[in-house]
Amino acid sequence: MSVPVDSDRVLVETVRRIADDVAAAAADDVDRNARFPSEALEALRGAGALSAAVPAALGGDGASLETVARCCFELGRRCSATAMVFAMHQIQVLTIARHLDGAPWFEAYLRELHEEQRLIASVTSEVGTGGDMSRSIAAATPEGDGELSFEKQAPTVSYGLHADDLLTTLRRTPDAEAGDQILALTKSGQAELEPAGVWDTLGMRGTCSPGFVVRARFASEQVLPAPFAEVMNQSMVPLSHILWSHVWLGIASDAFERARAFLRASARRRPGEPLPAAARLSHVMAELTLLRGEVSQALHDFHTDDADDRSRLMTMASVLRFNNLKLAASEHAPSVCAGALEVVGIVGYRNDTPHSVGRHLRDALSARLMVANERLHATDAALLLIAKEP
Amino acid sequence: MNGDSRTVIRSVLREHARLPVDVDTLGDDADLFAAGMTSHASVNLMLALEDAFDVEFPDRMLTRGVFDSVSSIAAAIDELSGDGEPSTAGGAG
Repeated sequence: MSVPVDSDRVLVETVRRIADDVAAAAADDVDRNARFPSEALEALRGAGALSAAVPAALGGDGASLETVARCCFELGRRCSATAMVFAMHQIQVLTIARHLDGAPWFEAYLRELHEEQRLIASVTSEVGTGGDMSRSIAAATPEGDGELSFEKQAPTVSYGLHADDLLTTLRRTPDAEAGDQILALTKSGQAELEPAGVWDTLGMRGTCSPGFVVRARFASEQVLPAPFAEVMNQSMVPLSHILWSHVWLGIASDAFERARAFLRASARRRPGEPLPAAARLSHVMAELTLLRGEVSQALHDFHTDDADDRSRLMTMASVLRFNNLKLAASEHAPSVCAGALEVVGIVGYRNDTPHSVGRHLRDALSARLMVANERLHATDAALLLIAKEP
Repeated sequence: MNGDSRTVIRSVLREHARLPVDVDTLGDDADLFAAGMTSHASVNLMLALEDAFDVEFPDRMLTRGVFDSVSSIAAAIDELSGDGEPSTAGGAG
């Protein structure tokens, strides 16, 4: 992960400091009480990090994807919830920035996002679609006065109550087929979220992602102009898999570091005595190395395709490539955490030691379910029948 | 691409695209995905087209845009079976 530009390096340093000083200190409380990591988000806002990916021409930092990914990794090492909220927000910002096609409303919006450090949540999941983001039931419905409205039953909206604005997938019109979609950005005041349940989960508790019935009314310029299939294949899906994977890599890396610190302390207490768990940790390290390699190679591949010819991201080969990243990262990150737990033993199983890795394991287990791996395997199974390269 | 191939394409569509409407009600340029073709059905469509025309779509052609209308499919088949044989399959690599 190289970060060439000076401003990018400063951003990574700043985010790392926030991760170490603010996010880490609150992580256990955020997890225990399933509460939003407000102090870390306020610190990120204060540092202007929420507009890191807004192009410089619109007032933002114009940070590279490598830099944003690195920030996700650094936050992931200290507080999974903060990292996932940051990652999801950046996915929305990057998606808008990459597909606004000069639309004045969206340019003005990104300027405002930079000035006010607004936080965007996404409303992509929907009751009744079986987790398939490429189909919608809720539709953008004309209201006669030129405005549009929708009502959407969302089974999860991550940090929905803490976001300023919402990016929502919808059918283009009430008559449109399920796959004929648009993305609409609505601002606070235009949307209301009626809670439909609570968020009391195994892990990723601080993302505060319960279900909602979302109702909104908005102007037609608030529909992203680019074709949805392009937005999804060139940005939303691959960027999600890349940034999520950096978060999961961060979680796994910290679990490994905790196990290593534990072993080092044991070795210092009894120098020269055999330490069987060290061999186990070596296996964990080998798996972590594979995970790191895949995460960084995928980032590189995205960059190459995007720079050479963005349409390459539309191919099935590309869909397979970034699905495979998600599958690999979501399997190996929890596996590294479980390995670290075995190395540390009961001290790691306890929730109150410097070597605790239970939170890491619980948080990392969410990776397989954020877009269920079996759904991705089903997609890949169909695509590999026709795609020519693996 | 002559009218004959379009007829073949339409018959493959009828059999494999699982459209909620009759394919003959759609013009050559109508968006098949907007008409209700799922991405899963589109894979079966591609396989059936490879068989029907005895061609192999290289990875660079395996995008939604190439299969989103009768015309775009015809253009792709045209390119693959035309005299100016394009570079080898797997050109996306």
